[in-house]
Amino acid sequence: MEFKKTVMLGALVAGTLAAGVAMAAEQFIGLPSYRVGAYAAGGSGIYGGWIDYMNLINERDGGVGGVKLVWEECETEYNNARGVECYERLKNKGETGNSMFSPLSTGITYSVLDKVADDKIPLVTIGYGRTDAADGRVFPWVFPLITTYWSQATTMIKYIESKEGDLKGKKIVLLYHDSAYGKEPHAVLDRMAADKGFTVEKIAVAHPGNEQQSQWLQIRQIRPDWVILWGWGVMNPTALKAAAKTGFPRTKMLGVWWSGAEEDTIPAGSAAKGFTAAGFNVAGADYPVIKDIKKVVYGKSLGNMEDESRVGSVYYNRGVVHGIIAVEAIRKAQEKYGKGKALTGEQIRWGYENLNIDDKKLAELGAAGFMPPLKTSCMDHEGSGKVKYQSWDGAKWQVVTDWIDADKQMVRGMIEESAAKYAQEKGITPRDCSKEM
Amino acid sequence: MQFFLEVLIGGLLSGVLYALVALGFVLIFKASGVFNFAQGAMVFFAALTFVGFTEVLPGWTGLAEGGAVVFWLAFVLALVSMVVLGIATEKIVLRPLVNQPPITLFMATIGLSYLVEGIAQGIWGANVRGLELGIEDVPIEYMMEHHNILISSFDLFAAALAGVLVGSLALFFQYTKVGRALRAVADDHQAALSIGIPLQHIWAIVWGVAGFVALVAGLIWGARNGVQFALTFTALKALPVLILGGFTSVPGAIVGGLIIGASEKLAEVYVGPFVGGGIESWFPYVLALLFLLVRPEGLFGERHIDRV
Repeated sequence: MEFKKTVMLGALVAGTLAAGVAMAAEQFIGLPSYRVGAYAAGGSGIYGGWIDYMNLINERDGGVGGVKLVWEECETEYNNARGVECYERLKNKGETGNSMFSPLSTGITYSVLDKVADDKIPLVTIGYGRTDAADGRVFPWVFPLITTYWSQATTMIKYIESKEGDLKGKKIVLLYHDSAYGKEPHAVLDRMAADKGFTVEKIAVAHPGNEQQSQWLQIRQIRPDWVILWGWGVMNPTALKAAAKTGFPRTKMLGVWWSGAEEDTIPAGSAAKGFTAAGFNVAGADYPVIKDIKKVVYGKSLGNMEDESRVGSVYYNRGVVHGIIAVEAIRKAQEKYGKGKALTGEQIRWGYENLNIDDKKLAELGAAGFMPPLKTSCMDHEGSGKVKYQSWDGAKWQVVTDWIDADKQMVRGMIEESAAKYAQEKGITPRDCSKEM
Repeated sequence: MQFFLEVLIGGLLSGVLYALVALGFVLIFKASGVFNFAQGAMVFFAALTFVGFTEVLPGWTGLAEGGAVVFWLAFVLALVSMVVLGIATEKIVLRPLVNQPPITLFMATIGLSYLVEGIAQGIWGANVRGLELGIEDVPIEYMMEHHNILISSFDLFAAALAGVLVGSLALFFQYTKVGRALRAVADDHQAALSIGIPLQHIWAIVWGVAGFVALVAGLIWGARNGVQFALTFTALKALPVLILGGFTSVPGAIVGGLIIGASEKLAEVYVGPFVGGGIESWFPYVLALLFLLVRPEGLFGERHIDRV
């Protein structure tokens, strides 16, 4: 009798569990985050914002098309080897495997570039990674979304032009992190210098960049009209402090978007006032999407940020942008492959390739002006090419421009040229986009 | 010529800051023969603890934020924390390893560095913080106006502070009873023990003093670049200084720092452009390597002769 009861109870529990599993489909997202080590401040802000947005979607909307978002973090410490380890650890998790891989590291991006095609997982690199991967014909699995480094560099020159007028005879110094990342804008700036008649002096700063005395003494000798700061981590506040020390006006310094966060300016103190930096997202907590996160997510004590005052900072908002794009890619893929079930990485790749987040959609999402409109295609995995500029007023970032368009014609030509070369080296036959749906 | 002088002076001043970090290594190596890999982590821990206290003290005590009282109270608390860390290191890590080969002690300090970094971020968080010591990092006007040479007032202050610290420590080692005991322990642990020198006390004192030096270095570097994980990288700047100056010499740290600071800046400016720039990170190591070939014990290090 006892045995019969136990069997029946077991069957009931198993049945309930099975029904539960059938009812609640879950979309798994593996997050190769970094919350310790040298770049923890950036990693905790971006992944924190991303997680908060996914929590918002789950709590407010009940998930995406009835599918709950679930995630797991894997600590990379911004280290390539650990990044690859995390990729392998996460790729088969969840009902359908990992939906996307977004390591926030150009080094890890390069390390898994070939793997993602084999495993059919979209590699999403928003604002970093390999620029020529914007040519989706050669890189179908890679999405350097919104704006690439090359596009950004052209908007920097446009910004300087808007301040100086004709750039003929002007001198611009590029103070760059001595790495592949720092060298990304060289070719674009050289080409623009030749076109517009300005000179560009490139000065390298060795990693980590916590000592820049000699570089800034050289800059003092050169007496440039502008300095473009292409830094990362401690290199940024050190540059701002050194600029103050050598008397170079911060109002004539323009930073890349990895130089333009609170983590770059606050340590520099008063030396950062007047510094302007690029961004594919803006700072601020007054956007409806951020207000919703505060109300719904933090209201239920589900917030991911240990320090809630960071909600609305540049890095945090960048994480929210990552979340918005991921959710919209899943939503788009559901339109084609069906709602209410977990999709595969291959299906979500299609979603990324057919994104259309226009102004109307951004307004619906509570993110109008928060990030630029985004429209991707088989040909174009960048999707926007727009940049806004923000200046540090001593306490916070203030948006000082509207979205500035990149010189798309020039950048696209360079992207296709570079991608074609890559395809030839790797023996890749580019996709025929006219046959893609 | 003016530019050359500017680069040279700037380099010398930077070198003093490297020496400040190198000093922590020297103190511990001198007393225990341990190359303390965790010195960079200690600099980070010290600065983060100081800034952390300046943030929480106003809330705890009702004192005015950013005031002098909070500053000095935070300094004292950070110093106490460093001494506690030093004593704990001696008790938990070093004491069980007495008379073990140097490589064992070295490996223990590698583990210690990860632990200290983790504890620091675990307690105070990974946020990047600013640190103002009240000394502006701007050029000295007189030098700019009369000689058109740029010298930072902050760097000059830091150099003076480092000079005072080095001088005090050199005197301490040379002329005090504890200093003599430290040197005895450094020469031979067992011999020092046999004549009644309390090894554990000496080590605790040394780790405490190294903690104090780490705090000063952390404050200076933190004020320059912000208080963040990258402070641990300052140790990388100290290694060539140690090779040049000798691992056991306090004045050697300062002389090594000056040589490394000046030479890396001059190399970056005058050689860098011909090789693509960014040579500051490896040039000091090349210099130190060349130096090792000529004088392995460093400029002021003790020559080690073994009977065979």
